[in-house]
Amino acid sequence: METLQLEEYIEEQCEIKNYTLEDYEGDVPRWCKGCGDFGILSSVQKMFRDEQVAPESVVAVSGIGCSSRFPHYLNTYGFHGIHGRAMTIATGVKLGRPDLKVLVTMGDGDCFSIGGGHWLHGMRYNTDMTVLVFDNEIYALTKNQVSPTTHCGTSTNTTPHGSVLKEMNVLSVMLGITNVSFLAQTASWTPGHLDKTIRAAWHHKGTAFVRILQKCPIFSPQAFGQDGKVKAPFTFLRDENGIPVDKVFEKMAPIIDHNCKDLEAAKKIAMMEETSSPLGLLYYNPSIPVYNEELHATADKITPEEKVARLNEELDKYTI
Amino acid sequence: MKEPKKIKLEEHIVEFVCDAGEGAQKAAVSFAKVSAKMGNSLWTVEIIPSEIQPPPHTMGSTSGNRIRLSSKPVTNGGNLTNVVVAFNEMNLLSRIKGKMLANDVVVIIDNKWANDSDETIRKQYREILDDLKTKGANIYEVPIEEKTMTLIDNPQRGKNMVALGMLGYLYTRDMDILADEIRSIFKKKSKEIQDNNVALLTLGYELAKETIDFQYVIESTPFKVPMVAMNGNEAVALGAVAAGFEHCSMYPITPATSATHALSEYFGRMGGIVHQAEDEIAAIGVALGSYYAGRPTLTITSGPGMALKTEFLGLTVMTETPLVVVDVQRGGPSTGLPTKIEQGDLLSSLFSTPGDAPKVIMAPTDIEECYHVMITARKIAEEFRMLVIVLTDANLATGTQLYPRPKLSTESFPLPIDTSPIPPGTKPYDWDEETGLSRRIIPGQPGGMCRTTSLNHSPEGKVNHDPDMNQKAHRMRSRKLMTLQKSLKKPDVYGDKEGDLLVVSWGSIKGPIDEAVDNLRKEGKKVGSVSLQFLSPFPPGLKEIFSKYKKVMVVELNYSDDWDDPMVNEDTRRYSQLSMLLRSHTLVDVDCFSRVYGRPLMPMEIYDALSKKLAQKSK
Ligand SMILES: Cc1ncc(C[n+]2csc(CCOP(=O)(O)OP(=O)(O)O)c2C)c(N)n1
Ligand code: SF4
Repeated sequence: METLQLEEYIEEQCEIKNYTLEDYEGDVPRWCKGCGDFGILSSVQKMFRDEQVAPESVVAVSGIGCSSRFPHYLNTYGFHGIHGRAMTIATGVKLGRPDLKVLVTMGDGDCFSIGGGHWLHGMRYNTDMTVLVFDNEIYALTKNQVSPTTHCGTSTNTTPHGSVLKEMNVLSVMLGITNVSFLAQTASWTPGHLDKTIRAAWHHKGTAFVRILQKCPIFSPQAFGQDGKVKAPFTFLRDENGIPVDKVFEKMAPIIDHNCKDLEAAKKIAMMEETSSPLGLLYYNPSIPVYNEELHATADKITPEEKVARLNEELDKYTI
Repeated sequence: MKEPKKIKLEEHIVEFVCDAGEGAQKAAVSFAKVSAKMGNSLWTVEIIPSEIQPPPHTMGSTSGNRIRLSSKPVTNGGNLTNVVVAFNEMNLLSRIKGKMLANDVVVIIDNKWANDSDETIRKQYREILDDLKTKGANIYEVPIEEKTMTLIDNPQRGKNMVALGMLGYLYTRDMDILADEIRSIFKKKSKEIQDNNVALLTLGYELAKETIDFQYVIESTPFKVPMVAMNGNEAVALGAVAAGFEHCSMYPITPATSATHALSEYFGRMGGIVHQAEDEIAAIGVALGSYYAGRPTLTITSGPGMALKTEFLGLTVMTETPLVVVDVQRGGPSTGLPTKIEQGDLLSSLFSTPGDAPKVIMAPTDIEECYHVMITARKIAEEFRMLVIVLTDANLATGTQLYPRPKLSTESFPLPIDTSPIPPGTKPYDWDEETGLSRRIIPGQPGGMCRTTSLNHSPEGKVNHDPDMNQKAHRMRSRKLMTLQKSLKKPDVYGDKEGDLLVVSWGSIKGPIDEAVDNLRKEGKKVGSVSLQFLSPFPPGLKEIFSKYKKVMVVELNYSDDWDDPMVNEDTRRYSQLSMLLRSHTLVDVDCFSRVYGRPLMPMEIYDALSKKLAQKSK
């Protein structure tokens, strides 16, 4: 048995370690008023509180962008990296320390554009981590440039006469990646749905990818309904294995039944032009092998002394 | 029969070349091993065809080994080749074109091509040999294939053994040891196969005895300590395991890949993992994430991969995360010469990142150092929370050298990952004003929750745009380099400690330089040389060492303009990389001699360059 410090012993006996929301609060967030990122932050903090997650057991990794400031505002371990590369750092953390929980936050430019390669391959590795992409359909931190998910015809600083490329269908891209194991979509302004989606993602073993439609009132107010009003341009997916749909949403938007274990059905929904953004669990497959587990299974677990002995055996082969 | 004449030698260079797939490499490695067992030192270089399946009987298909044998320790591939065994004239031609053969080279070649049905082959065979002969070569045309077929039907599967037997005779090798070696190669095969191969070996021995009326004797003294023979990439990989690295994250690139192949082998048995990432950016990203989380991790690459990693190199410096990056240098720029040596990545390693990014750069000079450098690199990376770049090269990567078997202990391993609680108020960048050092907090430690950011930050790890804080953070990161520098010792000078010329170098060119220095000193010239294991920070005392010589010159393998080029003058001349750094570091007028031949410089080439420099009137 490990020896415990006195305080730890008392805490353990009395079960006084009771994390409150404050335990997860880092620096004061510096996003703009009305920014959708606030809602995502408090949703994650609430989930941690409800799940009583030990703050030291979490590493939040991000790239660069408004959204990537996230780790600063969360009182866990945090790594605010470089633009587009969050998935690689996160993969490293999990491979290095499978005992830690990894949360990745990225913007749409961060993930789908500059980080495109790492996004696709990260999904294919299916390393155990929760990935949240805050998709405001714009480059916000650099002040209003077109992003891969910006709707065709949108005027931005780099496309003043309207963007010419059709927006990227990131859901259907991901459903085409071998090993995709958890793919959900939610929105920053549908609180109950957001909470439930993040919680489901957190409990998934493998890469749980959540695209969060996020309001940026500064640069893309037009993207998801007018002026912050909850005019919902989306369709809810209903499934007993999926994300429960609250009663309030039933009146707001159409609901379709969807079996989240059916990849073909998921692809059809993702490809449907006439349906607005589907919210819910699009695809779920808990039996996909998890990369960190597979990779670690290839290595023998040995003591340092044994390692020296085996290294000596290796050196024997080179000895004249 | 008359006893063959015995020719005593201190050292010799022998090559064995054939078409890819004809087994020269296997035979040559056995020859090298037996020579080492008998007590010769050696340096072997692989001769690798440029394509995976080149057409046979062409220069491009030439495959084999070049072995320098010596009665004294060797640190490099030496000068021109003295003996070459070739299975066809095109293999031979590729070595002639590479300017690798001495004028009086002894050639042993299969004579079957002299009577080939194809007239072009007959003609080119004759022309190539005649040409060599007029230059002074001593040529033995031997029925290698014909003789092989007296024992087996398919000569492709045995003539390498016949050739090996011939080399065994020529170099007076102990045929019992050679036969044992052959049996051990085929130990998984039947007794019959083993016997057949030994019979082929004996056949070759007898064939050589009938044809060649002399034998070489290279004095050998069995080694007092156990020795290992391996190439530099294997040494890096073994050194990495011995250093306690547990993860390697990589993307394949020549000539670095074989180090990661070796690591993949070792790690499986020794509790580590190799992650093949989607590109070099991801490779370093994963390595950084893993080391940040406490796991000793390295990434191994070559020039083009280093170019892709630059933004992450900066992040490593900014976040003060320990990391070791091995760059097995090849010819550049761009794809350049993928399989060939160059020392072209010194300046880009130092300066590729935006802003000021102080980092440690180390360069092993031989294969033994490739092993030991990994242990030092990990310790520095962790103790100083710094990026350590290890620059090896294609010559070290594929060359094989003998060196004393390293002693292993758990002491070179790091302590287990720290999971102890962090006292309240501990800062993630609690810089010590004098040393710049600070305690690293590792994720998972209770109470230590903090942010690690690519943005400028305060000791608390918080984003900070304050002018003074930015100045301070830079100073602290720079200070660590100073702290390390103070712990380094003044480099040793080889040869004369003062005199007319000091040669400065780094990396694997040290061996041939020291040999050139030896030869000049034998003629009474006052010359010394110094090799820098640390390129960042430079070791202390360089200016003082330089001041003891009339002239200082760097010799290295990257591009510089030659003084005797009529287009070059004081204004236009571009210096080689190390000389550029040393000029600014010491304000001494350091000259340079550098080449980008895609191969190491030979001691005699360096000797010529140094002689010229010594004879020069002005500095
Ligand atoms: C290598 C590199 N290129 C460009 C940038 C500039 N940059 C910072 S954030 C950003 C895009 C931000 O958009 P997004 O990822 O969608 O995140 P958001 O700010 O909208 O949350 C860009 C281009 C950078 N920091 N690094
Ligand atoms: S610019 Fe947009 S995304 Fe960035 S903080 Fe402001 S509202 Fe949020």
